[in-house]
Amino acid sequence: MKIPISYNIRNLIARRTTTIMTALGIALTVAVLLSVFALVEGLRSSLASTGDPLNLLVTRKGATAELNSSMTPEQFQVIKVKPGIAKLPNGEPMASLELVTVIVLESPDNPAGINISMRGLNAAGIAMRESVKITEGRWFQSGKREIVVGKGVAKRYPTARLGSKIDLGRGQWEVVGVMDGGRSAANSEIFCDLAQLAVDQNREAGLSSVLLRATDEVAKQALINDLTSERRLNVDAISERAYYESQTGAAAPIQFLGIFVAIIMSIGSSFAAMNTMYAAVARRAPEIGTLRVLGFSKPGILVSFMLESILLSLLGGIVGCLLVLPLNDFTTGIGSFTTFSEITFDFRITPEIMLSGIIFALVMGVIGGFFPAFSAARKQILTALKQN
Amino acid sequence: MSNVVIQANNLTKEYVRAEFRVTALDDANLEVHQGEFIALMGPSGSGKSTLLHLMAAMDRPSSGNISVFGQNLQALSDAEIARWRNTHIGFVFQSFNLIPVLTAMENVELPLKLTKLNKTQRREQAKRALELVGLGDRLGHTPRQLSGGQEQRVAIARAIVTDPDVILADEPTGNLDAASARDVLTLLGRLNKEFNKTLIMVTHDPGAAKTASKIRYLEKGKLLPEGQKPAEY
Ligand SMILES: Nc1ncnc2c1ncn2[C@@H]1O[C@H](COP(=O)(O)OP(=O)(O)O)[C@@H](O)[C@H]1O
Ligand SMILES: [Mg+2]
Repeated sequence: MKIPISYNIRNLIARRTTTIMTALGIALTVAVLLSVFALVEGLRSSLASTGDPLNLLVTRKGATAELNSSMTPEQFQVIKVKPGIAKLPNGEPMASLELVTVIVLESPDNPAGINISMRGLNAAGIAMRESVKITEGRWFQSGKREIVVGKGVAKRYPTARLGSKIDLGRGQWEVVGVMDGGRSAANSEIFCDLAQLAVDQNREAGLSSVLLRATDEVAKQALINDLTSERRLNVDAISERAYYESQTGAAAPIQFLGIFVAIIMSIGSSFAAMNTMYAAVARRAPEIGTLRVLGFSKPGILVSFMLESILLSLLGGIVGCLLVLPLNDFTTGIGSFTTFSEITFDFRITPEIMLSGIIFALVMGVIGGFFPAFSAARKQILTALKQN
Repeated sequence: MSNVVIQANNLTKEYVRAEFRVTALDDANLEVHQGEFIALMGPSGSGKSTLLHLMAAMDRPSSGNISVFGQNLQALSDAEIARWRNTHIGFVFQSFNLIPVLTAMENVELPLKLTKLNKTQRREQAKRALELVGLGDRLGHTPRQLSGGQEQRVAIARAIVTDPDVILADEPTGNLDAASARDVLTLLGRLNKEFNKTLIMVTHDPGAAKTASKIRYLEKGKLLPEGQKPAEY
């Protein structure tokens, strides 16, 4: 309690080699855990912030994703005149019939190619995606084989750069623009003209889904009830946000593996910290005896050695945070089992994630320090003084 | 008669090791008065350190009683003993036992951390103690940068910084060269005469024992009556 903290800091510095080795072990453990957290957080934020909260996604009943859904133009005619749908500035309803397919793009990392979602839509669909902005080039024109790629796609696939042409069976599609969807799923997608895509894919009668915007929260619930209960329509309607959030599950296997590895490593690191602290207690036995003779109590000794272990792990935690910091905003992709295509996103290291890394490190320090500190406090004064 | 500082009655300490038991201190009776400077002498293993440790409550007796300033030490809990030792006892070791990572100043300041003094007061008092032992110019030195004699003087400064009633020293000159030993003994003598501290010092050196006002001998765990000494002395 009263033993000054400088005493612990000086001792950590005095045995700097073991301090550095032990802290590094803790740092690596923290780094593994934080990388996983950063990945999950990046994925979550790239999906969860997609779209307006009042957006609804309408799919065929029983379809788990846009990709295995189908929607006829006739169904769309019924849906878009439902009450409670917001209006575009031109007076048209905020309802967008869309077709989603998957194309394969090659990249240097993946010569075999990776699935990317390609979305056909009309002007209404673009107007409803306010957060999506063209950063290079322009929007596609209707009736042409032109595409606009998400910035995540453009960054990772050299074949999808502005001006390049992509062969998709029936013809060549030209990349005419790059779009920035903020942190939305559009970054991982390719947009093109609905009619052109439908013709190329022979799907004029079987499109994928309808995106709707309700006027308000109450209308949104009413629309969901209205659409899902109309048996003739045979559709499901869910909030677009909820739909994308469910896709965060794509990271579950990595998350599980990462946390599993981090826990195994943390057990190792705790033992390393324990070993270091036991060695310190043994080497400083006469000092412990002396402190007791000077009047420091057993709890005082316990706290002092705990504090030393905690300081050691804090150092490890800080180094661990610094190790993962370069990962921040590093763009990568992950395969989604919902869309069967890749979602690109940035690793996100938030202050909360770093704090959790520090706490994780401190837990290792507390676990590793407890038994050595306890043994230090329990020593008989005379026995301790004699251990030279 | 002056005040009784330490009163030991039938004090016995036994160590049981495996099969046999060792009686380190056998039925000792002792009265130490305020301002006395007692040298404890005797062959190695005669129980000198054991007696000193019991006086500092660093160990508990197997039987008998010891009280310091009328306080029965057996009646105190671990936590109470720690506090009691901090205020009443200054202990000087043969091997100095300074904290290697702390400077002379910090070593001396350490026992004051347990008092109510603030940082400035602690610094002030530690500095005064170091000046008293003649090391006012070595405040920032670590033990490694000091000679043995200087280390022991820092240790003495640490023992007196809380202004304790009793100073216990276990062979304080045992690890020192003759000149340093003389300095340390002079210093202990001053603490007794000028500051009226009660001192009990274990020593092997008859010359050192002369600094004391009284010599008591131990032999095979027995504290010999005053004026009596073992055959070889
Ligand atoms: N922890 C202990 N365990 C067993 N025997 C001990 C222990 N400490 C001291 N002794 C024994 O007690 C006797 C007295 O020891 P001590 O007081 O240290 O002697 P001195 O200081 O006079 O040399 C010795 O025989 C010693 O071996
Ligand atoms: Mg001894």
